[in-house]
Amino acid sequence: MSRSVHVGLTLGEEGGPHHQQAESDLFGFWVFLMSDALVFALMFATYGAMLVGTAGGPGPRDLFELKPTLIETALLLASSFTWGMASISLKYGDGKPGLLAWMGTTLLLGMCFLFMEANDFATMFAKGAFPARSGFLSAFFGLVPLHGLHVLAGCIWILVMAVQVILIGTDDRTKTNLLRLGLFWHFLDVIWIAVFSVVFLGGLTR
Amino acid sequence: MNDRGRETMGYVGGLLAATVLTAGAFAAVRWPTLFGPGTFAAVCALGLFQAIVQFRFFLHVRLKGSGRDDLLLLLFSSIIIVLMVAGTLVLMANLRGRMM
Repeated sequence: MSRSVHVGLTLGEEGGPHHQQAESDLFGFWVFLMSDALVFALMFATYGAMLVGTAGGPGPRDLFELKPTLIETALLLASSFTWGMASISLKYGDGKPGLLAWMGTTLLLGMCFLFMEANDFATMFAKGAFPARSGFLSAFFGLVPLHGLHVLAGCIWILVMAVQVILIGTDDRTKTNLLRLGLFWHFLDVIWIAVFSVVFLGGLTR
Repeated sequence: MNDRGRETMGYVGGLLAATVLTAGAFAAVRWPTLFGPGTFAAVCALGLFQAIVQFRFFLHVRLKGSGRDDLLLLLFSSIIIVLMVAGTLVLMANLRGRMM
């Protein structure tokens, strides 16, 4: 590849049949990602419309904390970077141990993120902030755990791909799937930027 | 520098830029006097900039030389998202104003 724009896309000669197939496969996945982005966008819109509807219950200032949010953000950002390293390892054919090590690190960071988020929700529940308490909380628990569920799905996907890498090796199909998973994982980090900016930081500035 | 080194540096650069932008957003909220009433606007601007950084360095979407339809799809989706989100917010705020 002359320009090396797409890290990991090493499924044959530039313009060759494998390459073109991968391009169209990945484009299809982009279409899915954008429709997923639309779902998130409308959950954000609902959240924005419901922000004032606390019904006398706890509001953003009573519930959100800066420190856990910062740690979660750092975990996801780091996991996005380690997946980038996994992509490079895949592209330059470092072999299974290197690839699996980066994939495992990403999985670990993702699971730490999920653990911290679950902990946050438990803290909120302890303060009486259930989804059914107010419109604001319904919208919050519609939006933020939706992202969490996506991360959980991503973690399961990493496990599945790790099994494929171990059993099948990195053939063309596994590579394409790893590229898709990479797009999904980086995309989730972009969604998280919106979540922490609008929901958590936005809530704390109100 | 070879291809591999350059690509690794791309990810490292993206990570550093994203870290600085995240730190900036959290600092703006931690010390509200920094931006005063414009804190939320600053957080949104930093977030938007970080999204662009991550699209550029992690998802490898560029304005020039992308060579794929990704960018077109992305821009079209952005327009739809802006229209639907802004429309929902305006409509619901208006409705609330009239109902109250």
